[in-house]
Amino acid sequence: MSSGQTKVALFVTCLVDLFRPSVGFAAVKLMEGAGCNVSVPDAQTCCGQPTYNSGDRKNSAQIARQVIQTFERYDYVVAPSGSCAGMIKEHYPRLFEGVPNWHEKSLNLASRIYELTSFLVDVLGVTDVSGTYAAKTTYHDSCSGLRELGIKEQPRKLLAGVKGLKTEEYDGAETCCGFGGTFCIKYSEISDKMTTNRIDQLTSSGVEMLLGGDLGCLMNLAGKLKREGSLIQVRHVAEILAGMTDRPAIGEETN
Amino acid sequence: MQVTSSSFKENTRDALLNPTLQNSLKRLHTGFVSSRARAAARMPEFELLRDQARDIKDHVLAHLDIYLEKFELVCRAHGGHVHWCRDENHAKDTVLDICRKANAKTVTKGKTMIGEEIAINDHLEANGIEPIETDLGEYIIQLRNEPPSHIIAPATHVSKEQVADAFRLTHSDLDPARNLDEPDYILAEARAMLRNRYLEADVGITGANFLVAETGTSIIVTNEGNGDLTQTLPRVHIVLASIEKIVPTLLDATALLRVLARSATGQEMSSYTTFSTGPKRETDVDGPSEYHVILLDNGRSNLLNSEFKEMLRCIRCGACLNHCPVYGAIGGHAYGWVYPGPMGSVLSPGLIGLQNTKHLPQASTLCGKCEEVCPVRIPLPQLLRSWRFLIHEQGLTERKFNWGFTIWAHLAKRPKLYKHVVGWLVRILALVALNKGRYKYLPGLKAWTQTRDFPAPQGKTFMQQWRENVDV
Repeated sequence: MSSGQTKVALFVTCLVDLFRPSVGFAAVKLMEGAGCNVSVPDAQTCCGQPTYNSGDRKNSAQIARQVIQTFERYDYVVAPSGSCAGMIKEHYPRLFEGVPNWHEKSLNLASRIYELTSFLVDVLGVTDVSGTYAAKTTYHDSCSGLRELGIKEQPRKLLAGVKGLKTEEYDGAETCCGFGGTFCIKYSEISDKMTTNRIDQLTSSGVEMLLGGDLGCLMNLAGKLKREGSLIQVRHVAEILAGMTDRPAIGEETN
Repeated sequence: MQVTSSSFKENTRDALLNPTLQNSLKRLHTGFVSSRARAAARMPEFELLRDQARDIKDHVLAHLDIYLEKFELVCRAHGGHVHWCRDENHAKDTVLDICRKANAKTVTKGKTMIGEEIAINDHLEANGIEPIETDLGEYIIQLRNEPPSHIIAPATHVSKEQVADAFRLTHSDLDPARNLDEPDYILAEARAMLRNRYLEADVGITGANFLVAETGTSIIVTNEGNGDLTQTLPRVHIVLASIEKIVPTLLDATALLRVLARSATGQEMSSYTTFSTGPKRETDVDGPSEYHVILLDNGRSNLLNSEFKEMLRCIRCGACLNHCPVYGAIGGHAYGWVYPGPMGSVLSPGLIGLQNTKHLPQASTLCGKCEEVCPVRIPLPQLLRSWRFLIHEQGLTERKFNWGFTIWAHLAKRPKLYKHVVGWLVRILALVALNKGRYKYLPGLKAWTQTRDFPAPQGKTFMQQWRENVDV
């Protein structure tokens, strides 16, 4: 690798690590394709969002310290998730408010962390991707990405470059899918009602595939679609952009 | 009002199974949400107005004592009475005292959330004074003997058939065969019934959208004009207001009015914006001969000195309720107290304690839609999180979740252990899935798999595969 390349660390996120490694490999392919030198630091685990949103600041801060140290050496840190990137960018500095040294470090990481599609478009200026996929799709804006990081146009710009793909908007794109991390377990009935509302909108939109940038939301939506027997497939946007669709869509049977 | 927030989960279940409520929630969403969007789009400077509204409220909150005292001084100079009330009971007794001195038998009421907060109707009734709601929505829920389900549309959960039923039952002197199929007929009947009550009433009670320190004025906005009749016809007018309703000047009030109706209903202005300054003067043709303002604290001074201070910016427009997907799923009653939706989930624990209300800050996906539409830019998701911090620190979280998070945090802080544990876990899970790609049932995730399939992992973790590739 030449030293002139942008040094990027992939923060793969716990959900992608555990459930859908193909998203991580797609992210690496996209960034390498754009000329980045991508590393995957070995000590990474979780960003601490589950504990933070459950009110446990102490454990969250301990996890955050480790994340900050793990990703100290890189020009950029990129996560294929708006909510994990949002946690690091928006909430780490809050966790360390008034804590000398760590507050500065958290701000420093906050300035280097990006969600994948935002990194590709806003930092690298990628306009063309390698993907080819023939389907009528729609994009669901995940709440944290949309409202904490302002991610709206970036994935759509990139998807416009995928050959054969037709992307349409659906009514529920900006409305929460009902996942909400532990919310979907703690208040599962409300969560299910919210998810059902999205599924109804998706079904009436006539799309064949749902795309998004956050695996939590996508697993929730896919889980409901599959339970209802829907044929709409669900994938992370990175898989389509990188042309890595050999693995079955989320929740689909392996042939 | 009885607090039922602690049975939030049961309330939720009832709400989700109530077809009338579910129908009305759909209407509410499409109506208010699209109206607000159009109103905001029509006004290029809307975002700047929101900044201005936030700044006015922040300025007031930083100098609340000064503006309240100024209000009192000017209001008294105009012949009004100002009553400082620490809490609910203090306010209720003060109102009752004023009513008794006026020999009141009936009291007409404009819409007031402070009236709900202190449950003034129950108190008046218990003491032989009949309160009559004059806002149509409030009138309907008074007849149905239930609390409001929305802070600006109190009867939004009621269908027009249910209204007709309530009218037939209560207005028993009228022809039982009369037509109440159309909202217009219902409205006409309510107007006819209420007209005499306005004239009979000895006291009129209203809320206040704003109190103006500079002029000693209380301002209410309504769409029915009922507030005007409530406050000008009876001999005594009582204004129920909480201390954060104060604004420095009329100019500030108009700045806030510009974002209030647009955020609430999408109107540029409410149909009526009524300014009351003191009792009737010699030169006035009408108006009350006594004008009282109740300044209620009821826990707000404590909020002012806490991390929840920004909540006191709230101007009660209801936009956060209208846009909240959780409110949209369960409606207002499930929240179990006066203030529902995101604003209620932040405010209620501050006013009636966290013990009874601990579900409210937790029952949110923190999607941020509320903050996106709040006219005074209250950081509602972060304030919900702040309550969660306190819930955790006070040990009020459910034990099973606590265990889960403790284990997760323990692993997340130990990358080597984490890799072993999740590596094995994922392998086992993938084996169990048998190429089906998802589970219909997973022990420990029953809450999910009851209504949704749970997608299975692809196989090895990303980190395992990455290491294998690198090592080769």
